[in-house]
Amino acid sequence: MKMKVADALIRCLELENVRIVFGYPGGAMLPVYDALYHSSGIKHVLVRHEQGAVHAADGYARASGEVGVAMATSGPGATNLVTGLANAYMDSVPLVVFTGQVPTSQVGTDAFQEVDITGITLPITKHNYLVKNPSDLPRVVKNAFHIASTGRPGPVLIDLPKDVAQTEIDFDYPETVNLRGYKPTFRGHPNQINEAARLIAAARRPVIYAGGGIINARAGGELLELAEKIAAPVTNTFMGLSGFPGDHPLFLGMLGLHGTRYANLAVTECDLLIALGARFDDRVTGRLDAFAPNAALIHVDIDPAEIGKNVRINVPIVGDVKQVLQALLPLVEKTDRAAWLARVAELKSAYPLSYGRENGLKPQYIIEELYRCTGGDAVVATDVGQHQMWVAQYYPFKRPGTLISSGGLGTMGFGLPAAVGAQLALPDRQVVLVTGDGSIQMNMQELATVREQELPLKIILLNNHALGMVRQLQEYYCEGRYMAVDFKFHPDFIALARAYGIAGYTISDSAEVAEVLTRALAEPGPVLVNCLISTEENVLPMVLQGQGIDQAVSR
Amino acid sequence: MRHTLAVLVENNPGVLARVAGLFSRRGYNIDSLAVGRTENPAVSRMTIVVEGDDRVLEQVTKQLHKLIDVIKINDVTVDEYVDRELVLIKVSADSGQRGEIMQIADIFRARIVDLGRRTITLECTGNDGKINAFEESLRPYGIKELVRTGKIAMLRGNRFTNLNTNGNREDEQ
Ligand SMILES: Cc1ncc(C[n+]2csc(CCOP(=O)(O)OP(=O)(O)O)c2C)c(N)n1
Repeated sequence: MKMKVADALIRCLELENVRIVFGYPGGAMLPVYDALYHSSGIKHVLVRHEQGAVHAADGYARASGEVGVAMATSGPGATNLVTGLANAYMDSVPLVVFTGQVPTSQVGTDAFQEVDITGITLPITKHNYLVKNPSDLPRVVKNAFHIASTGRPGPVLIDLPKDVAQTEIDFDYPETVNLRGYKPTFRGHPNQINEAARLIAAARRPVIYAGGGIINARAGGELLELAEKIAAPVTNTFMGLSGFPGDHPLFLGMLGLHGTRYANLAVTECDLLIALGARFDDRVTGRLDAFAPNAALIHVDIDPAEIGKNVRINVPIVGDVKQVLQALLPLVEKTDRAAWLARVAELKSAYPLSYGRENGLKPQYIIEELYRCTGGDAVVATDVGQHQMWVAQYYPFKRPGTLISSGGLGTMGFGLPAAVGAQLALPDRQVVLVTGDGSIQMNMQELATVREQELPLKIILLNNHALGMVRQLQEYYCEGRYMAVDFKFHPDFIALARAYGIAGYTISDSAEVAEVLTRALAEPGPVLVNCLISTEENVLPMVLQGQGIDQAVSR
Repeated sequence: MRHTLAVLVENNPGVLARVAGLFSRRGYNIDSLAVGRTENPAVSRMTIVVEGDDRVLEQVTKQLHKLIDVIKINDVTVDEYVDRELVLIKVSADSGQRGEIMQIADIFRARIVDLGRRTITLECTGNDGKINAFEESLRPYGIKELVRTGKIAMLRGNRFTNLNTNGNREDEQ
């Protein structure tokens, strides 16, 4: 069938079952938006800033398990996507992102609103394309969706010059993908899996260290089964949180920099560490030579380049963690390891996660109440900072994929647009954003999108009048010389919410928390809850720079 | 240790930038890089000489494999292989020195490709060692200009780096 490339693009999206695209138009994208005008199947969500579009697509992808789609115009539209692409790349989120480009004849001439976006995004996309030949478009889109969503997921960018978009082609959507340079390994090597089973049988003090790969591979069920079968306690990376039930007796909580003392000590004492879909990030390991010093290491990951990158591995297994666990499960014996679990229980009671409840409104308490009010069932998006770590510590996620947060890049401003995307993906679920007074102001413009899309999003603002996390760093590393972390002016957040047609509540005392949260969560529309917490509250425990995770400052 | 990687890539625009960018971004050292087309016009071949221990090499190989446009990688250094490089050297040569220079060219089986009034331009192919020795022998005459192509390499005998065969251990996990 003959059609313009722009129409072909929309047709491709329909064939990929794309339901929503997040975007912002501009001159170079006119043909594509004109094509969208004629599409009945695809909803376009107009954000208020392109960064919002890509984060919303990211939140949508995480919440739905589908590929997120965003689009922006050339030049400034394209550069506004950069942070969001880097964010999705670091957290392995499948996105396909379209940018308009100046006409091919002008490419390379510093034309109006021209940037080399494929060049700029080379290191922060899984792959990218500049479409020069109009008839390539359908194959490029097909490949992009395949690359984004398979193997280790990630963002793929497609840059489309305006004249190409206007050219007529014979449309034919390829059925299959043929990329000879891209063949992810899904099934682990049987010898390696046998070897892993042998190490597990020989281990006396195993710990499972599970990352975001568990969620991407939808391997939560297999993880639970393995942990229970081999009686191994489980600790999650930040990205792995929600991948193992937070209320399970084998759960150790998060490990690493702000991990629980008992998770970090269990890892230090273990004789076998089973890393599943995790990447030995520096925020997890602390000083490398003190990380799991007595342990043999099994590492399962879909990305071969992660294996052996930071630490030496005894049993490397490249594969999809779900498939590997399915193959491994029949090879391991049911065990109880009473002595080791008793030791872990001892660590848990000796070093519990705790905070001072005595005076004032405590952010940790707000998160605990949020957990109670939502039955642990909400999808929780966060921004970046102390509030994010309090969520990680005090909201014991029950179901895989219910935490939506920027882990690898730590992008302030991710939360609100990501929550928009998540709520659009899951219109019937309770979606809650926990944010900070710094972070919310980084993409606050998306409050308009919340209202325009009539999203019942609940925003819990932990307002400490500061860039709390950096303030905490300055307290520890700069001897309390607080520089550029205290806000001397804040807008009236309640009035601001109201200006956007969003209901506002304030909490300033612990006694109000349960009641106000219950009321706010029950509102049919969007709500912002401004929680006035102390500036001084810190995230503890905390492993100091250069230290092993067996050391920590705690309360 | 130095490794020579034979890398088959899709002949797409930007593929060189992807590979070069990867090396600089991750701090791997490239000694030389040569690119050209192969028997298949859709496929280019890069010969990359990198310096590093086994761990670095493993990372380089794995990171290269992550590039969608990289089809195949062989570390030819772990096997029997031939390697060649071509150099063009322009040296100062007045009429009195020409004889000597031509003798040196003879010894290295180099060819004279251009004669100027005060210069001779020579072409020589060979492996690293030979090219280095050739360069050293000409240095006393005054090297005006020198250009090397970078090394290219190929496995010996019935072993291949091509799309159809597993000529060498494929460096995949
Ligand atoms: C885009 C961006 N800029 C700067 C930082 C550095 N940073 C990390 S946490 C933080 C403070 C966050 O403040 P807020 O959102 O109020 O959260 P709090 O720590 O107070 O809970 C800053 C500035 C960042 N992570 N992201």
